[in-house]
Amino acid sequence: MKKIEVVQNILEANESVAARNQQLLDKHKVFTINIMSAPGAGKTSLILQTIARLKNRLSIAVIEGDVASTLDAEKVKNEAMEVVQINTRNMPESCTLIAAMIDQALKDLPLEDVDLLLIENVGNLICPSEFALGEHKRIVISSLPEGDDKATKYPVMFTDADAVIINKTDFLPYVDFDIPAFRHAVESLNPKARLFELSCKTGVGVENWCSWLLQEIETYLLKVKFV
Amino acid sequence: MHEFGITESIVKIALDKAKEVQASEITQINLVVGELSGFVPDCIQFYFDFLSKDTIAEKAALQFELAPAQLRCRSCSTIFHAKDSEWNCPECHGQSVEIMGGRELYIRSIEVE
Repeated sequence: MKKIEVVQNILEANESVAARNQQLLDKHKVFTINIMSAPGAGKTSLILQTIARLKNRLSIAVIEGDVASTLDAEKVKNEAMEVVQINTRNMPESCTLIAAMIDQALKDLPLEDVDLLLIENVGNLICPSEFALGEHKRIVISSLPEGDDKATKYPVMFTDADAVIINKTDFLPYVDFDIPAFRHAVESLNPKARLFELSCKTGVGVENWCSWLLQEIETYLLKVKFV
Repeated sequence: MHEFGITESIVKIALDKAKEVQASEITQINLVVGELSGFVPDCIQFYFDFLSKDTIAEKAALQFELAPAQLRCRSCSTIFHAKDSEWNCPECHGQSVEIMGGRELYIRSIEVE
């Protein structure tokens, strides 16, 4: 018997495809965000609100990840410049998007004409946090009806987020969601994350989120210009 | 379930390594899985039995070493082991913590004949 030291990261295969995706996106200056949340927290609604507010200034494409159906892609189809649906049901990984799926989807997008790419991940607060896709920013949405304990229960997801969105703030009179306690839990795990409170239903607060996004895109464009 | 692709990688890495040293059989694969990693050893084992069939890793035992969830308190720098959702510092009760360990997923070594 012989023991052989290996010490090799098993996620490396995914990470190298993610890095290649990012190179391709950077070549075409496509700012890309990975939107993650539990099912029903408002990923599609946030995408629709973001497109409604920014489509006069930016050309926006969407990648929709779902276990099954094209429901979300149908909703977004008339608003976005281009939508690609990924159904994960028949893929080895059904609970999250992985970099290889994005690699495929990018082939169907006219990247040279896209400014902003919104990737809607599969609704899930665990698995997507393990798989880089090639995105520039990671966004996590938590909504009021889910309860204010999600950052405590799924800490890894919130630790890696660049921005955390508290959605459905119009529910505040009807649910026991302690917004300061939730903010505190997120800030404790991840002091760098930006927090936004908004309602995709009423539109309140969406403006702040969009301004941040525009700023991030500007910073990104300056960065890729000199690469 | 997202262990399929991961297990494919494990089999591939182990087979490549065994080939490098011209081994005839892989008897054990020693894996390190972090407590916070979201990968379930039982699922990896399930896919491994299927994916290793008809390879020299077919009879290999998977050995899982759990890497503890280690946190560092941002106030007093104490490093401690997180239990479930108890993420407060045991020294100063600070709630602001940084993950230092527990997200690992790697092959430490393989044992071959």
